Amino acid sequence: MTGFEQLQTRLAELSPKLYPLFSEEFGDAVIGVERSQLIETAEELRALGFDRLGMVTAIDRQEWFTLVYRVASRSLSAAVFLKTRVPREDAHLDSLCGVWPAANWQEREVFDLFGIVFDGHPDLRRILLPEDWVGYPLRKDYEDDRIIRRPDYI
Amino acid sequence: MALVDRIGAGLESLGGGIILTTVDSLVGWSRGQSLWAFPMGTACCAMELIAASFNKFDFDRLGTFPRPDPRHTDVMIIAGTITEKMKPAVSRLYEQMPDPKWVIAMGNCAVSGGIFYYDSYSVVRGADSFLPVDVFIAGCPPRPESLQDGVLQLRELVRTESIAPGKRRERTLNLPQAPVAHTGSTIAEGSGEVE
Repeated sequence: MTGFEQLQTRLAELSPKLYPLFSEEFGDAVIGVERSQLIETAEELRALGFDRLGMVTAIDRQEWFTLVYRVASRSLSAAVFLKTRVPREDAHLDSLCGVWPAANWQEREVFDLFGIVFDGHPDLRRILLPEDWVGYPLRKDYEDDRIIRRPDYI
Repeated sequence: MALVDRIGAGLESLGGGIILTTVDSLVGWSRGQSLWAFPMGTACCAMELIAASFNKFDFDRLGTFPRPDPRHTDVMIIAGTITEKMKPAVSRLYEQMPDPKWVIAMGNCAVSGGIFYYDSYSVVRGADSFLPVDVFIAGCPPRPESLQDGVLQLRELVRTESIAPGKRRERTLNLPQAPVAHTGSTIAEGSGEVE
């Protein structure tokens, strides 16, 4: 029985509501939700004992951004990835700072580099780049005068 | 006599413990003997910089001693990548150092941007774009021996400076030379030193 199957078995007992949302990707447990249900799902996970938010990141998929949250539980000895999508033209979603306070700086980083706005974030400012920076560098279509492109022969 | 040799040019010994020198030579020598360093460690080169301070390399014996306060220091050792966000902080810390002050750029990132030269949106391409750098040390990262060589070269540079503002004394730099391959018996050719 793999770690995912063990977790699945326990979740079937603990939370019948979350259980059907789970899937397996490369051996990891993943919950994919709509962005309107993000906070609800996060609170459910938190109540189950997933008390440690380890990572918040985003992936630029051209038409949409995928938001990835990795949360772990010490009591269950398990970790899950919480995923959601936001469309590129309407890149905003609810902040999870109220559920896991550790989300504060991580969401600022995602905002800084991807330009995704977190509604309800207490202090949404740039964190890694200077305050007066224009643009969001980790977007695939980012261009800048400062960048020197690597020539083909190197 | 060792002291006389180290103070160097512009100095002569009259014997009997009396030496004649210029103020410039003496001040330059003194400054060169205690270059307190401000460790501006911004990335992984700082690990080598830290290693240089501890036993085995022990930079204290060269008079180079890390101080956490820029107001106590003579030389800023920039060890690591400088980002656009960090640039004002580095610049400000440099301004806080008292004159005379020098800068060592340690590692490829501080020299030119290093591996972040291409395709980077946030890395400053070289500390010399906004600071007067005296010594560049290449390497990714440089070993402490390289840093030691850099500090010794900076010491030679410091000794040429005059206390008059903007003036530099005439002096040939006594930089370490590359070792010359030993080619065999050069002594035996009638020098009289061989029996």
